[in-house]
Parts: sequence; C-alpha cells; structure tokens
Amino acid sequence: MSAQNKTKDMNHTGEPLLRMAKRDGVSLKKKILIRAAAILLALIIDALFIVMVTDLNPIKIYGTMFIANFGNKLKFMWMIRDLVTLLIVGVALAPAFKMRFWNVGGEGQILMGGLAAAFCMIKFGNTMPSWLLIVTMVVTSVLCGALWAFIPAFFKARWGTNETLFTLMMNYAATSIVACATNIFRGDAPMFTTINMGTKAGWFPMILGARYTINVIVVIIFTVLMYIYLKYTKHGYEIAVVGESENTARYAGIDVKKVMMRTMAISGAICGLSGMLIVAGKDQIISTGSADGRGFTAIIVAWLAKFNTFYMALISLLLVFLQRGADEIASAYGLNDYAADIISGVILFCILGSEFFINYRLIFKGGRTND
Amino acid sequence: MEKALEIRNITKRFGEVVANHDVSMDVRRGEILSVLGENGSGKTTLMNMIAGIYYPDSGQIFVNGQEVSIRSPGDAYALGIGMIHQHFKLVDVFTAAENIVLGLHDKGRQDMKTVTAKIREICDRYGFDITPEQKVYDMTVSQKQTLEIVKVLYRGADILILDEPTAVLTPQETEKLFGVMREMKRDGKAVVIITHKLHEVLSVSDRVAILRKGEYVDTVETKDATELSLTEMMVGKKVELNIDRPLPNNPVKRLEVSHVSCVNKEGVKVLDDVSFDVYGGEILGIAGISGSGQKELLEAIAGLQLVSPDSKITYFQPDKEDEPEALVGKNPRKIKELGISLSFVPEDRLGMGLVGSMGMTDNMMLKSYESGRSIFTERKAPKKLAEDIMTELGVVTPGINTPVRRLSGGNVQKVLVGREIAASPTVLMTAYAVRGLDIGTSYTIYHLLNEQKEKGVAVIYVGEDLDVLVELCDRILVLCGGQVSGIVDGRSTTKEEVGLLMTKRGDKQ
Repeated sequence: MSAQNKTKDMNHTGEPLLRMAKRDGVSLKKKILIRAAAILLALIIDALFIVMVTDLNPIKIYGTMFIANFGNKLKFMWMIRDLVTLLIVGVALAPAFKMRFWNVGGEGQILMGGLAAAFCMIKFGNTMPSWLLIVTMVVTSVLCGALWAFIPAFFKARWGTNETLFTLMMNYAATSIVACATNIFRGDAPMFTTINMGTKAGWFPMILGARYTINVIVVIIFTVLMYIYLKYTKHGYEIAVVGESENTARYAGIDVKKVMMRTMAISGAICGLSGMLIVAGKDQIISTGSADGRGFTAIIVAWLAKFNTFYMALISLLLVFLQRGADEIASAYGLNDYAADIISGVILFCILGSEFFINYRLIFKGGRTND
Repeated sequence: MEKALEIRNITKRFGEVVANHDVSMDVRRGEILSVLGENGSGKTTLMNMIAGIYYPDSGQIFVNGQEVSIRSPGDAYALGIGMIHQHFKLVDVFTAAENIVLGLHDKGRQDMKTVTAKIREICDRYGFDITPEQKVYDMTVSQKQTLEIVKVLYRGADILILDEPTAVLTPQETEKLFGVMREMKRDGKAVVIITHKLHEVLSVSDRVAILRKGEYVDTVETKDATELSLTEMMVGKKVELNIDRPLPNNPVKRLEVSHVSCVNKEGVKVLDDVSFDVYGGEILGIAGISGSGQKELLEAIAGLQLVSPDSKITYFQPDKEDEPEALVGKNPRKIKELGISLSFVPEDRLGMGLVGSMGMTDNMMLKSYESGRSIFTERKAPKKLAEDIMTELGVVTPGINTPVRRLSGGNVQKVLVGREIAASPTVLMTAYAVRGLDIGTSYTIYHLLNEQKEKGVAVIYVGEDLDVLVELCDRILVLCGGQVSGIVDGRSTTKEEVGLLMTKRGDKQ
C-alpha cells in the first residue's frame, strides 16, 4: 500500500459512518423521481411482507386495493365522499396551522357543528320549511364550530395560554356534550337512530344518485376559496406574517391578537360546517364517532401540503385510498386488520420518508461528497 | 517554531454553499494568529471544524504533527483544543465552578474542593477576576467571557481559539483580554483569534491568516502589514477607508425623548429615565455595550415597546413644528396613520424587519399591504419597488420571489434598508446596520445614511464599532445599563472617551 493510500484510509477510519447534508434547489424531475422510487420501494417491501406472512399473491392484493377505490362507480363515489369529508377539515385547519396556531381541536369543532345541525333537525324538523331548516342548520353549526375554536384563541390572545392543550381539551368537552345530548335525544328509545327517518327533514336532497353530492360541491368551492383567501387577500398575508414571526407582524403594525382570534374563528367555522355536512349529507345521525379522527388526520393533510389546498386534495386522496384499500383487503382475504394496516402503513411511511431525501442527502463513510 | 496545529486542503459545504474551499494553514506554539476575513468568509466554519462542531467534507487536520479525526467537541478537548465561542455556552443558574466541570466525565466522585482550588490557581496565574462560587447570571459580559476562557484552560487546552471575542467588550476590556492572550502566548500556548477588526489584528497578533469568500488567501507577518494592505487582501481590491461626514445643514428638532423608562419581562429596568433630542439633518449615534437598552429604546420610539406612564416621546412634523404629536401608547400602524413616516431597521432583520420565507416583493408589502379598500393585496407597486431596490443597491438574489432567508446577510440588509429608505422617512432608525456586512456593503450603507441626512432626515444610528461611530456621527449618545451616561460631539470626541462612558453608570443607581 502506498503512503498516500494509507493516509486516505486512516482518514476514513476516523470519519463518522453516516452524515447528513442539507440540499436545496432540488429539481422537479428529481423530486418526482425520488417519490416514484419511494412508492416502488413500498410496493416491494409490501410484496415481501405479503408473500412471507400471508402467502398470497401481492399483485392480486394491490389489484384489490385499487378495485376498492376505482372498481366501480359506487366504490369510486364512496371514495370521493370520504375524500371530501377529510379534505374540508384540512381546508379548515390550514389557516390556523399556517398561522402556527396548533389547532388540534378540529375533532371537537366538527362535533359541535354536527351536534348543532342534528339539534336543529330534531327540534325544527317538523315545523320549518326545508330550505329554512337547512339555512338554520348551516348558521348554527358554523357558529358552534367557530365558538369552539374562538375560546382557546381568546384565552391565548388574552392570557397566553397554550393553544395545543386547550384545543385538545375542548375535544373531550365536545365528545362528552355529544354523548350527553344523544342520550337526551333518544328519549325512551333503546338507542339513538337515524334522525327524521320518516320525514327526511334536514337531509340533503339526492343529486346524481347521492345525498353527498352537495358535500362534494361545497368542499370544492371551499377548497378554491381557501386557496384564494390564503394567497391573495390581505387576511391571508397577515396570517402568513404572523405565522412566520409575531415580532415582524407587530413591526408591520398587524394586530396579532385580532388576527389570531379571527383566523381561529374561521378555522372553527369551517370545521363546524364540515360537521353539518357529515350529519346532513352523509350520516344523518350524530354520535361521538362522527368526526372519526378526521380532526387529527387533517393536520397531516394540511402540513404535508404546506397549506396549499390543491395539494391537500391529492394527499387526502392518498390517505383515503390507503384506508379504503386496507379495509377491502382485510375483508376480501380474511386478513387480520393489523396486517392490512401494515400494508397501507408501509406505503404511507415510504412516501412520507421520501420527503427526507428531498431535503437531505446522506454521505456514507468514505463516500463521495459532491452528490 | 513548532507547529501546534496544521490543516490541509479542508473543504466544507452546506448544501450548495461552499463555506471553506481547499483551505490550508498552520498555527505555531507560542504565537497569536489572527484569522481575518469579512463576515461570510468562512472563518468561524473553519474553526468549528477544528473544535469538533462540524466535520470537514474533505481534507486533513494535524495536531502536533499527528493526523487526527475530530468528531465532537470532546475529541477536540482530548487533543488540547478549546474554543471560546462568540455566543457564550453557559448555564445561567450555575456557578462558575459548576459550569466549568459541566460535561466532564472524570471517574469517581466530583470533588468540588479540588476543582475550586484548580480554578483559583488558573485565575491567579492570569489575573482573572472571577470567583468559582459566583453564579453566571450575576456576571458581566466580560466576566462570562473570562469564565469561558477559564473553562477551556481548566480542561488543559493548549490550543485556544477565540471567535470574535472583542465584539461584546469595551476598549478597556479588550485591552485586558489582549494582555491575557499575550500571557498565554508566553506560556507556550497557541492562540487563534478570529476577528474582522484591523487595528486589533495589528496590535495583538504575530501573524495574520486571511480568508476571502471561503478560500485561503495568505498568511503574513503582522509587523509587515498595514491596515490598508490587510484590507486589500481581505476584500480583494483597493478600498477607500474614509467615511464622509458633511456638516449638518440647518438641523431642526424632530423628536424629543423625555424621561423614558421601561422594564423587561423579568422586571428588570432596561431603560431608566432616558432623555434626548433628535434633529433632522444629523446622524445621532447610539453607543453602548450590547444589551444596554439600545433595542428597547428604538422599539419604544417605533411603538413596539411598552414604556412607563410618565415617559414622553414627542414628534415634530416638518413644517408643522408647532403641532407636536405624542407617540407613547401608539402602535406602528397608528403612528403611520398620523402621517408620520418613521423608518426602522431593527437589529433582528429576519425576526422582525423581514419575513424570511417570503420573497422580496412580499417583503416590500409588509408596511404597505393594508392600503386601499380591496380585500385583496396589491402586488404591482411592491414588485416594481423590489426590482428598483435590486438594481439600485445591487441585491444579489436568484429571483425576486426567492425567500429572503436564502440571501446572504449583506443582501438581506440591503433589502431591508432599501425598503425603509424608499418610504421617504423623516426619522430613520437603524440598529447595527452594518453588522455582518462586508466592507464594500458597509460603505454603501454609510453613504445611504449620509444621503438621508443631507435630505434632512433625522438619522439614529445604533452601532457597535466605535471607530465608525466617531467617524460617522454628528453626536453620540452613550447608554450604560439603560441610562444615558453621556451625549458627546462626534467631531471632538475620542474612542476612549466613548468607551469610558460605556461603563460609567449614571449616579442614580
């Protein structure tokens, strides 16, 4: 070994095994390539898992997942229904999180909105004309959702309380209120059943063969409106500045407290509206499980999309696709739920993990350093 | 002389930025080596690699002739390398002794008595004025720095690296530090000082290593160097080192600050009965050790700082001097709605003056976005302004919408100063306007300030470099511990006089 080689080797023995280096300005082509590689990797890992653990044909499993979402018109429509239900919550949370206000209370805000809608359906179902009933439901659900979000925002603005804990606790309060209310609503009946089963008062009308068509339309409108609101309005600009730095906001003469309370009220209002959509357009019933964890899942949706509502639609699609696919393979092949969840979990993990490789590159011991 | 430390062909990249490219140099025992370079020239990165904070992408480091691999500050200590960072790394609620032993993994029970004895011994040897039992929060900035030095000496360092140690010191404290450094040199230690102040380089070091834009330029003997020759090597071209100071033209009182006091979150009085006047057409310098109330004072004028009820800040609008406006209790928007054009370049550029994640256009909108009745923002005028500033001040950016966070410090400052001047202010306040800027850009900024002064703007310049303050300002107000310890004439004062005032508390203590 020559002397030069020797020093080189010595150098490498001392070098750390693995280092990370930040990279910026990754080209679009490379980003797409990295993500495609992630999906491919996920499919391979899953295939290994499927073959080794279940002894099934992985291609068939993937086919079933696809069919679960795109197999026929009905399945496709259900997927769209689940997609918009998740997306609207993401749209609602986007302004709050863009302002770096950790609104983990989406769940409670949805429930309060849904409860308000259900209450109107039960109380006024027989007395109000249907258009007035729907309007009342919208107004009360929006107000209830907004109030549920405004309270923590007010306390934070006024006394500097921690919004994460506060909004989280508001979820438990909302869940308990809904549990209590459903008990009152059912009266002497053994269980709380679909509201206004006979009169269908307060139910959205059937359009194109589905009650949730209105939900889809409303969500599309809000997705576009929120995009414009965040990107082109003065309010949106204020939200961006407050989110980046409260000091800069004060320097610019922005009333941080006002923006905080206003934005949270908007966030909660849309959450409340989504609760109303769930009750009137989807379930026709309220229960403690009506929000079904969407208030939390939507946080992932909002963050991954960096608050761009159109990207949010894509991410909602991915999450709903995986969820429905997992449910389908579990029932079709008699798989344990956990096995199905592992399969969809691996895909999600790889896709999220690929973001790391878009932002950083790894340098192995003795590896070349210039990419 | 024996080489204590040698580095060969060191390269370090951060993403696309090359912080050090193929740098080689050496430090000898028993010498003081200055590492000179403008901000962003890679001085600190290079030293951080020697101290184990970063790991080089390529290249070699030799200590006492042996090739070594320094992967952590612990490795560096084991090799006898100690670094005193620009930002102190001390635990406030611990005593000096506790901070010194923090992170040491000696076997067996930690015996504080022997520790204290050893610390005393070091302090006596170099004449340090700290006691091992003193808590860090009770220390002055200079004492904290001394503690950092004791910390590395305690660990047996014989190669010491000091990163811009004089930035936080008064001229008198600096002299004392230099004395200590010379003492260490006599002990046979290798001392490296990172700085960009030329006169310090000339007075303390034996040799000077110069870096420019991440590359090594040369090492020269200090006795053969002059301020001008060093500057040229540092900047890479000939530069003029004179700052203009036109005589104030018919100064008019623009701002009257009287009896302003305020307390910070911890209840400490950070401004104590501050009174002074500011005139249009002059540059008022504000000097003081960092943290003497400069930030709070400017923020109080800008309407960002809560002040005590008997504080008064009065503004006199040009041509309406008989209708003074009281500024206390008004926020920046209310001040603007009164038609007062107050521009403010805060110390924390990306944390207060600009939004780091936004591009130049969106940052131009920061102070004007709410004009007009539409609910939508207007982007045409800001875009035009951003383009103008880009061409006029020579802002280097990949694009007008590139997040300003990705620009270099100098360019960020140009964006901020450009926007504030474009608002045609009557009062222009700048906090450390040239901090982190290269010499060329600094002179551009001095020139812009002088231009504003000649237009009749009242300019307030909070600075840290006393040489610049006494060359640029018409009057200099000196703050010490939140009190005004003196207001001196910029033309007749000296650096030493200002330095003394910086440590002289007022009589009401």
